[in-house]
Amino acid sequence: MGGFLSFVKKETLHIVRDRRTMMIALLMPVVQILLFGFALSTEINNIDFAVTSPNRTEAVRRQVERIAANPYFTFKGYIAPNEIDNALRSGRADAVAVFADDYDRQTAATERGEPAEKAVQLIFDASNPNNAAAGAGYMQSILLAGRQTGAAAPETRLLYNPQMKSAYNFVPGIMGLIFILICAMLTSVSIVREEETGTMEVLLVSPVRPIRIIFAKMIPYFLLSCLNLVSILLLARFVLGMPMSGSLAGLVGISLLYLMLALALGLLISTLANNQVTAMLISGMLLMLPIIMLSGMVFPIENMPGILQGVSCIIPARWYIEAVRKLMIEGVPFADVLREVLILAAMTAVLIGVALRKFNDKLE
Amino acid sequence: MNNDPIISVRELSKRFGSFVAVDRITFDVARGEIFGFLGANGAGKTTAMRMLCGLSYPTSGSGTVAGFDVMRQGEQIKRRIGYMSQRFSLYDDLTVLENIRLYGGIYGLTRREILRRAVTLLDRLQFRREADTLVGSLPLGWKQKLAFSVATLHRPEVVFLDEPTGGVDPVTRRQFWELIYEAAAEGTTVFVTTHYMDEAEYCSRVSIMVDGQVRALGAPAELKRQFAAGSMDEVFRTLARGAKRTE
Amino acid sequence: MRTLCVLLEKEFRQFLRNPFLPKMVVIFPLMIMFVIPWVTTMDVRHIGVSVVDNDLTTASRRLIQKIDASDYFTLGSVTKDFGSSLTQIEAGDADVIVEIPDGFERSIAAGAPEKVSITANGVNALKGSLGTQYMVQTVMQTLAELRGEEGLPAAADLVVVENRYNPTLEYRNYMIPALMIMLLIMICGFLPALNLVGEKEKGTIEQINVTPVSRLTFTLAKLIPYWIIGLVVLAFVMLIARAVYGLAPAGSVGAIYLAAVLFILTMSGLGVAIANRSETMQQAMFVMFFFVMIFVLMSGLMTPIESMPAWAQWITRFLPPCYFVEIMRSVYLKGSLIAELWTNYALLGVFAALFNTLTAVTYRKQA
Repeated sequence: MGGFLSFVKKETLHIVRDRRTMMIALLMPVVQILLFGFALSTEINNIDFAVTSPNRTEAVRRQVERIAANPYFTFKGYIAPNEIDNALRSGRADAVAVFADDYDRQTAATERGEPAEKAVQLIFDASNPNNAAAGAGYMQSILLAGRQTGAAAPETRLLYNPQMKSAYNFVPGIMGLIFILICAMLTSVSIVREEETGTMEVLLVSPVRPIRIIFAKMIPYFLLSCLNLVSILLLARFVLGMPMSGSLAGLVGISLLYLMLALALGLLISTLANNQVTAMLISGMLLMLPIIMLSGMVFPIENMPGILQGVSCIIPARWYIEAVRKLMIEGVPFADVLREVLILAAMTAVLIGVALRKFNDKLE
Repeated sequence: MNNDPIISVRELSKRFGSFVAVDRITFDVARGEIFGFLGANGAGKTTAMRMLCGLSYPTSGSGTVAGFDVMRQGEQIKRRIGYMSQRFSLYDDLTVLENIRLYGGIYGLTRREILRRAVTLLDRLQFRREADTLVGSLPLGWKQKLAFSVATLHRPEVVFLDEPTGGVDPVTRRQFWELIYEAAAEGTTVFVTTHYMDEAEYCSRVSIMVDGQVRALGAPAELKRQFAAGSMDEVFRTLARGAKRTE
Repeated sequence: MRTLCVLLEKEFRQFLRNPFLPKMVVIFPLMIMFVIPWVTTMDVRHIGVSVVDNDLTTASRRLIQKIDASDYFTLGSVTKDFGSSLTQIEAGDADVIVEIPDGFERSIAAGAPEKVSITANGVNALKGSLGTQYMVQTVMQTLAELRGEEGLPAAADLVVVENRYNPTLEYRNYMIPALMIMLLIMICGFLPALNLVGEKEKGTIEQINVTPVSRLTFTLAKLIPYWIIGLVVLAFVMLIARAVYGLAPAGSVGAIYLAAVLFILTMSGLGVAIANRSETMQQAMFVMFFFVMIFVLMSGLMTPIESMPAWAQWITRFLPPCYFVEIMRSVYLKGSLIAELWTNYALLGVFAALFNTLTAVTYRKQA
């Protein structure tokens, strides 16, 4: 046991002495959670629109004012019909509302119940389809509501996230990403580096069992990650104002489980990679990409084709993020995330098993 | 041939913060000499050598190598020297011939000249069959000999060797020193650090560094007389006893 | 010049001899182009709807039918009280609740319809807001139809929407140019940095430092291979985009390549500058990952810059990929001309110059 503790101490010294790396490992998550937590949002807002209207009648001007008054739209001025394409292509406007030259006559006709068409044409830059779809929806409702007496626009409201702060959405995702990156990357690289410099062999001939050496390497990183967990949870609660309405103990528990999983993943990577560059690339690119893409962090899982939904099931971050969303935002009792906990626990067990086996194979 | 010393160092110092790695060293090296630069680990040998090669700026003092100032003319010096560091530094993932071509090209030798010298070099080392072997798969002793030959490929005026025979078996060390003699015979000045005292005996002159300072300087025979010692090893131990720095 | 050639030859040989890198440079783009476009759909479909029908009339049933028939919605259940619909949201079975008020049908006939209320789950902000929006349209349309049947004027056709540049509203088309950028960030930012720190750790860089090779030559020899690889990879993925997704640039390939060259210069310059300032691989990688994460997540690649708060939008002005994202999407989808996007090109050029100067300045042969 004494041997084991001295190894833990040695590893801790390594980390603490490499001050730059330690600062990065501790500060990076803080910066990222703040930056992404506040900045990332898929909300639709601010559509710049221009208007084409051959004769700017009073009715047209009133409609334009109504659209401009909506917080989603910013009025960029009147333009000539031949400028439409240029305005959209150069990005000066995201949408152009084209009022027909007989707009007044047409609207009057519809009031009388006569058929009319194309009083207004809305041309949207649909390169971002969601912006276009939502923008077209809003603008249509505004235009219709502006002149129709009989139609009442429905009342709308959002639950849980009434101010539509997307921070709520991305914080769990960022947690899922950061923990894996930091833990897996740090452990895998530190193990591979010892192998590269040959110091690992010295350790392995010592009377301490190899498995203990590995745990000794992982404990300081686990503690470092716990510090990160604490700082992220504090930031999420007090700076980002996450509700944390669920069980806090549950949240911490599942996060610790996830950290262990990440460390096991790091160990596994270290057995696969024979130099630091490879370890970095595997733990960085090959982990980062699926987590950002397939875990539901940014892109909704239910939109993916069946095969990829299947693939997303083996990505641990998916389950962690789902559980954190439930616990942090929806505030469900811990029992409701039992499924996620069990899946993560099973994954951790498998990863540790495989990693240790590979590690032993490598020793022989 | 001019008779100015090829390396001339006056009061050269290097400080890292409050730590004085090299403390006002002064010495000259004549052309064609094999100059042994001795000292225990941490005595400041490598730091001093790095300053002479233009890898590191001196904190104070002055020095010239091949007539150029180490403070301001590092790049001119680099054209005229060869260097072999204590870490093996040829490219493991290139073949023997590719490494030779790379360094020949870097020093501006023509393609034909590189080929000619490569053949001579490989013959001398009896490496012909290994020309297309990856350097990473050669045994250490071979690598060291190759590294030396590559460092002198462009016929530098001085070649700096930083513990070139560390970790090499006695037979290979012997062969290595033969290479050094051949280079010296062709007129290259050799500046070599080592802590094998038997190797010190092979040098024309040696200096011994302790705690960043040069404590002894002269031909091996002279030094043995001066310290009334039977071997360089004894000279060294007498001097090293007073060392404050240990690694 | 000859020195540069010799060093370039060395870099290419080392690259090709690496057991991992050449494979990565091929497999990584393939993975990104074949798998990721299927993932990055933010098309909001299959929105689960739970209806609370307090009216139970023909009109309310008509609205329910309308919702059921829509592509966007999946009608889950029709309940009698808000509470049970709410439970469904909590269980994740529904995203939107539509509550039809009592007396809905009567009020239409009277010409002053009672308001339908729409409640959405806001945990997924995009789904919440788009779902609400689609639902509003569905309700308005149904109302207009019902009014028409009552003999009141219908107004639905008054406004026509044209979705220019991406008429089918395919989200994939929006993402593919951005994915190409992500690829270039990774290949041209990471690999040169790794390569350089690798030489530092092995000590081979010191052997180069005692030779007369100039800083510029050495740095160029490190960068040029990745510029070439980046440009080749870009051509490769553009061909894939065309062959697999039928997405060809609407604008000129030259405009894309000009921007790509500037961007690749910027990223590789940054990578090498970081490597120059790092002592170990670990440090270099961490700093690089930090930047890459910010670039990937903040530059409008994944989420629109316009949705960010003002201060974050201000930060994005200092992120070179932002300008490239803008150029790629505009040229690819809208066929924008260089002249129309010249500020983006100019800023990208400034970044390229800046980062490459930084690279040359931070590389020290002598310490």
